[in-house]
Amino acid sequence: MYSEKVMDHFSNPRNVGEVENASGVGTVGNPACGDIMKLSIKVENDVIQDVKFKTFGCGAAIATSSMVTELVKGKTLDEAERISNATVAEALDGLPPVKMHCSNLAADALHAAIEDFKKKAGK
Amino acid sequence: MKKIYFDHNATTPVDPEVLDAMLPFLKEEFGNPSSIHWAGRNSRKAIEEGRDKVCRLLNCANLELIFTSSGTEGDNHAIKGVAYAKKEKGNHIITTKVEHPAVLNTCKHLAKDGFETTYLDVDSDGMIDLEVLKAAITPKTILISIMYANNETGVILPIKEIGDIAKARDVTFHTDAVQAAGKIPLDAQKLNVDLLTISGHKLYGPKGTGALFAKRGVRLVPLIHGGHHDRNRRGGTENVAGIAGLGKAAEIAMRDMEKESAQLSTLRNRIEKGLAEKIPHIKVNGHADKRLPNTANISFEFVEGESLLLNLDMKGIAASSGSACTSGSLEPSHVLLAMGLTHEMSHGSVRFSLGKSNTAGDVEYLIEIMPAIVERMRSMSPLYAGAK
Ligand SMILES: Cc1ncc(COP(=O)(O)O)c(C=O)c1O
Ligand code: FES
Repeated sequence: MYSEKVMDHFSNPRNVGEVENASGVGTVGNPACGDIMKLSIKVENDVIQDVKFKTFGCGAAIATSSMVTELVKGKTLDEAERISNATVAEALDGLPPVKMHCSNLAADALHAAIEDFKKKAGK
Repeated sequence: MKKIYFDHNATTPVDPEVLDAMLPFLKEEFGNPSSIHWAGRNSRKAIEEGRDKVCRLLNCANLELIFTSSGTEGDNHAIKGVAYAKKEKGNHIITTKVEHPAVLNTCKHLAKDGFETTYLDVDSDGMIDLEVLKAAITPKTILISIMYANNETGVILPIKEIGDIAKARDVTFHTDAVQAAGKIPLDAQKLNVDLLTISGHKLYGPKGTGALFAKRGVRLVPLIHGGHHDRNRRGGTENVAGIAGLGKAAEIAMRDMEKESAQLSTLRNRIEKGLAEKIPHIKVNGHADKRLPNTANISFEFVEGESLLLNLDMKGIAASSGSACTSGSLEPSHVLLAMGLTHEMSHGSVRFSLGKSNTAGDVEYLIEIMPAIVERMRSMSPLYAGAK
């Protein structure tokens, strides 16, 4: 049912945990299923230096969480803001149709974390 | 890799004896059982022998059995068949919140035709309250449909008592016995049930087979109109091989049930105890005693069921969360939610359903690998940090 990439990120998730002294944290619940993701970022000079996640969710939720952390690490905030759920799903070689909504979780948590950072930084 | 199958409530492998009983009717014995000539005779005989065997399992008369294409068809036939046959008398149906979708969605569909359904609550053990059932019956109530045993938790409902209530109030009573058949003794004579559904593939028979017991005198509008098959109650040339297989499966179940049930409950109890000893924050769902011998439904707090199943699958273990038919949906189990579990606990449940092939070694393997899986998923969970 899942692609090899999804299974790879599910079995060996990258960047699990919480960034210490995070510049921004985003916690979102998926309205469709109630699953939860928490993403924390460390921002320096508008670049995401570090990023970690924790997720309560299905296989697709964990794989997309892991993938989104890989995609944004080292990116500028502008670049990171352009990452959508479709970007994440594509990077994982696609998700089964019933699981597409799971990728929202990762994109939403990322955008929430960036928003949190901007608010704290007074931007 | 080791392969262990703990998903017998989803389906079972066909027993080799069952396959042997079927093969002639997929090969040389091709005749139409309705033909009067030589080619049809053995097919007819196979159907009647299959019927005898299924009737022995259910303790009912030969005329009281209708062969179906599945448990789902049996449920549909019973519910729609009674509803349409009795619509002059009333339009009210009573069922429970924990039924299989084959019952729930049939009742939902009937709403379009003006039928109203009461969905009874269950308590935290998965049991219904018989007083609430009694109070729900109105002069318009034409049918009660309550499952014998729940597919997700294995909880066994008080079918005898429900039947007595239905009889006293002159309401037709159907029970979906798909999960009970072959696992615990059923007796259509002793129970006041009017209709009872079984499915072949849950008792080591072929998929796409089943039967509906319909007590003498119960009026049913057919679901499938056609030729004079099964006394005009279900059209279509019979699935001869399937019926031969279902009959054999019923015969084997009769023969082995007692011994198997003792073995399975020992293994099941070992799983529950073994996991509880090694893993904190888990909960066994369903009534402690009134439960099928083979089913363990366990919630692992702070983690989500599907991710556990994927981990188990990577280790060769097949289990499920919720029922196979609802796993396409995102909602947590409707059965566990009805039992009052929180969203997270319902989402974090895994069902291990045991069967013939399982050994003590399988169970020990599960108990050995499960703690690390749960620990790994918990370490990733944003819900867990606070609970440590
Ligand atoms: C309680 C219950 N009823 C009905 C069914 C449907 O049976 P079938 O798969 O034969 O349509 C199932 C099996 O999934 C079941 O567990
Ligand atoms: S089912 Fe909830 S995130 Fe996938």
